[in-house]
Amino acid sequence: MKLTLKVWRQKSANDKGRLETYQLDNVSEHMSFLEMMDVLNEQLISEGQEPVAFDHDCREGICGMCSMHINGEPHGPDRGVTTCQLHMRKFKDGDTIYVEPFRAKGFPIIKDLVVDRSAFDRIQHAGGFVSVNTSGNTQDANAIPIPKDDADKAFDAATCIGCGACVAACKNASAMLFVSAKVSQFALLPQGKVEAKQRVLNMVEQMDKEGFGNCTNTGACEVECPKGISLENIARMNREFLKAACSAE
Amino acid sequence: MSVLDSKIPEGPIAQKWTNHKNKINVVNPANKRLIDVIVVGTGLAGGSAAASLAELGYNVKALCFQDSPRRAHSIAAQGGINAAKNYQNDGDSTYRLFYDTVKGGDYRAREANVYRLAEVSANIIDQCVAQGVPFARDYGGLLDNRSFGGVLVSRTFYAKGQTGQQLLLGAYSAMNRQIGKGKIQMLNRHEMLDLVIVDGKARGIIARNLVTGELERHSAHAVVIASGGYGNVFFLSTNAMGSNVTAAWRIHRRGAYFANPCYTQIHPTCIPRSGDYQSKLTLMSESLRNDGRIWVPKKMEDVEAIRNKTKKPVDIPEEDRDYYLERRYPSFGNLVPRDVASRAAKERCDAGFGVNETGEAVYLDFSSAIMRYGHEKANILGEHDASIERVRALGEAVIEAKYGNLFQMYEKITDDNPYKTPMKIYPAVHYTMGGIWVDYNLMTTIEGCYAAGEANFSDHGANRLGASALMQGLADGYFVLPYTIGDYLAHDIRTGKISTDLPEFEAAEKEVRDRLEHFLNNKGTKSVDHFHKRLGKVMWDKVGMARNEQGLKEAIEEIRQIREEFYKDVFVPGTMNEFNPELEKATRVEDFLELGELFAIDALHRTESCGGHFREESQTEDGEALRDDKHFAYVAAWKWTGEPGKQELHKEELTFNDIELKQRSYK
Ligand SMILES: Cc1cc2nc3c(=O)[nH]c(=O)nc-3n(C[C@H](O)[C@H](O)[C@H](O)COP(=O)(O)OP(=O)(O)OC[C@H]3O[C@@H](n4cnc5c(N)ncnc54)[C@H](O)[C@@H]3O)c2cc1C
Ligand code: SF4
Ligand code: FES
Repeated sequence: MKLTLKVWRQKSANDKGRLETYQLDNVSEHMSFLEMMDVLNEQLISEGQEPVAFDHDCREGICGMCSMHINGEPHGPDRGVTTCQLHMRKFKDGDTIYVEPFRAKGFPIIKDLVVDRSAFDRIQHAGGFVSVNTSGNTQDANAIPIPKDDADKAFDAATCIGCGACVAACKNASAMLFVSAKVSQFALLPQGKVEAKQRVLNMVEQMDKEGFGNCTNTGACEVECPKGISLENIARMNREFLKAACSAE
Repeated sequence: MSVLDSKIPEGPIAQKWTNHKNKINVVNPANKRLIDVIVVGTGLAGGSAAASLAELGYNVKALCFQDSPRRAHSIAAQGGINAAKNYQNDGDSTYRLFYDTVKGGDYRAREANVYRLAEVSANIIDQCVAQGVPFARDYGGLLDNRSFGGVLVSRTFYAKGQTGQQLLLGAYSAMNRQIGKGKIQMLNRHEMLDLVIVDGKARGIIARNLVTGELERHSAHAVVIASGGYGNVFFLSTNAMGSNVTAAWRIHRRGAYFANPCYTQIHPTCIPRSGDYQSKLTLMSESLRNDGRIWVPKKMEDVEAIRNKTKKPVDIPEEDRDYYLERRYPSFGNLVPRDVASRAAKERCDAGFGVNETGEAVYLDFSSAIMRYGHEKANILGEHDASIERVRALGEAVIEAKYGNLFQMYEKITDDNPYKTPMKIYPAVHYTMGGIWVDYNLMTTIEGCYAAGEANFSDHGANRLGASALMQGLADGYFVLPYTIGDYLAHDIRTGKISTDLPEFEAAEKEVRDRLEHFLNNKGTKSVDHFHKRLGKVMWDKVGMARNEQGLKEAIEEIRQIREEFYKDVFVPGTMNEFNPELEKATRVEDFLELGELFAIDALHRTESCGGHFREESQTEDGEALRDDKHFAYVAAWKWTGEPGKQELHKEELTFNDIELKQRSYK
């Protein structure tokens, strides 16, 4: 395939940034999107130019590191995949592809397509844990049976990879889907229930501090989420929050 | 005293760890506040260590090169984690897990370490459940198990195909609690580039802030290296793109012995490569071998028909399929250990039976399992005369619940639907059993410098059993290091803060700066990847699944050659003081180029076959690995002497008191 790429280039956080145009002639449909970017970078390096900086690591859709806004959608046109799992067979010969970083106030740009998502970590520091020491003196793992259905739901929520596509997809740059996934995981498990109230209050407070917007139920986050994290989690978090806020009064 | 004192405690094997814990020094809580520990790497090993040490009261600084600890390579582990819980009541015990691991490692691991690992394994599961790790459960609400290769019991705990993710997020959450309290200072996007030794003790590191490019000095009373494995020396592997040997290699160059570098695990079930542009290989979890059957056609004409697409795998009748693992190893069948399964696939493909265009693929077929589960389910539902289609649909649903994300991953990459047609798989580099030599306390040959997780060599001998790496990483971090490090630090309570103005820090920083500047000023013509790919090809062709003397000698020469060219002709764009991924790659590949040579030297010296190390010169009549216990029952620990390829061999003899040394058999 022959492709035209319009790629966001920005030297550093303070640079203004602009779209640059590149041509690629020899793209195989079996390549992953990031392998296509590798080919572009090889080409740039061979011309003595600076390659495009982008985040990636596992390249199998689990680490949450990759984060490209492709043709206006976080992680591109395919559903249920991360950028690294997107394959070129989803594009056609002669296509023009726009590649930009995830954009949100809470995710400042570091360079080119690389953004700073440390706000997500800080929200987790505020309450994304169960307060148990790693002493090895905990009770036996089977001491509290957990209904399979709850365990499965908690697991589904826990599969969030923290990529930030939900934020990038949202017109309000809201982080509700991400935060609610963690809150839900713990709210569904007996181990997490003890601190549930404080957890949701603290995490939501930190989320607001980081400058993420409000949720107005557009559902764009769920559509773009590569892991199918469901909007039900947001509803559950709202309930948890209300419960906690009322009893805190 | 010999430097290679493994410090194995006295007493019967089942009491060693308890006795040791009772005897070692402890630091009182008030004094822990005066002590700093650096943890390099926040995967399962580093993350769990950082959290536990901070809980105990030490001041911890932790580093990772990703933008968050949650993204460490451990996140990608799929299949599960072992623990001797015996919840299935199938006769599992600490001893059996210990035995399976030593045997699985082809009798090249240290007994005492493995026993301890088996002993603390049950605690890991308790701990993780308490943290809110959502393991798979059965309908009674209790934890579910599956089987992994090389064992005859069901002791693997799992969370669908995302066990590593859930365990890492557990360790990450434990870290987050301590970060929130200020007990861990987390340095994301930081890469350790050197170790600083003061008066013979590890006292700090030089790290580069990968966002600003600045070099930083960090001091501490002890340094823990938990930087993962070095499989990416092969360029193509199932490891994450950033996984590298730099932290381990740099401490090696400062005096830490590197043990058994040639012990590499080639995992039998990975998606085959498809082209030169390929950047990594993707694992299909070993758990799939619980339900998938591996085969190639019996007849060459069928192989050809499949390759030129006149036949599909489903067109090959049962009697014309060679389920070669079931044929060769009737008692373990598809669940033989990884090294055995990989070599068997290679054997069939070398004989010409590979089922894709490159001739390097075999089938992993779920159709029998789908029908079997479908019938079971239909019976449960009372649908005793369900149609074949209905049974298949029910069976597919069961398979989806077990392996859904793996099947999806496979389909995204290959564009084939594995519910309808068998997966194509081939072995790929996956894990490195070799690593930094450590004693029983996990201390390296540098005082105050520890190594944990895949970065050390300790528990898996010459071959690791499935689901044992996660167990080892968490055992090291949650349950071993927090005790053993205290023994050492008890002597440091009066030392006070280590100054980063010491001349040793100055000198180490200068060395790092010079290295980086050399690359930036080199103005060569070829990219870092160009050299990495060439190194990888030599490693795969000559130091891969089967090795021989001539190939290894050639490899050593070729690697030297590539290294020389690399220094002359590599081009690293950009500058030092900015976010510069090419510069990060350059230092990593530089270290791989040195490691690769030692790797081949180690493989050359070990003329026996054992576990993942297969020397063609040393095999039984039916092609199985042939060990030579008389000459090689030792750990090969290599000491840096100042120049790559000139390392000096030291041996730690392995003694087996609790397990009889036997030729491994899975027949
Ligand atoms: C695809 C795949 C599936 C697997 N599945 C299983 C499984 O089912 N069961 C099982 O038991 N094992 C499995 N394994 C093996 C297992 O995942 C790993 O061995 C284990 O997770 C390694 O953990 P670790 O903590 O030692 O290192 P890693 O998780 O690799 O972490 C390394 C850490 O070190 C940091 N780091 C590295 N170098 C530096 C540096 N110079 N400076 C600063 N930081 C640095 C990284 O940022 C990272 O935080 C699998 C492996 C792969 C590749
Ligand atoms: S909720 Fe989905 S989109 Fe948002 S961070 Fe998690 S995985 Fe990414
Ligand atoms: S690189 Fe890990 S999810 Fe894409």
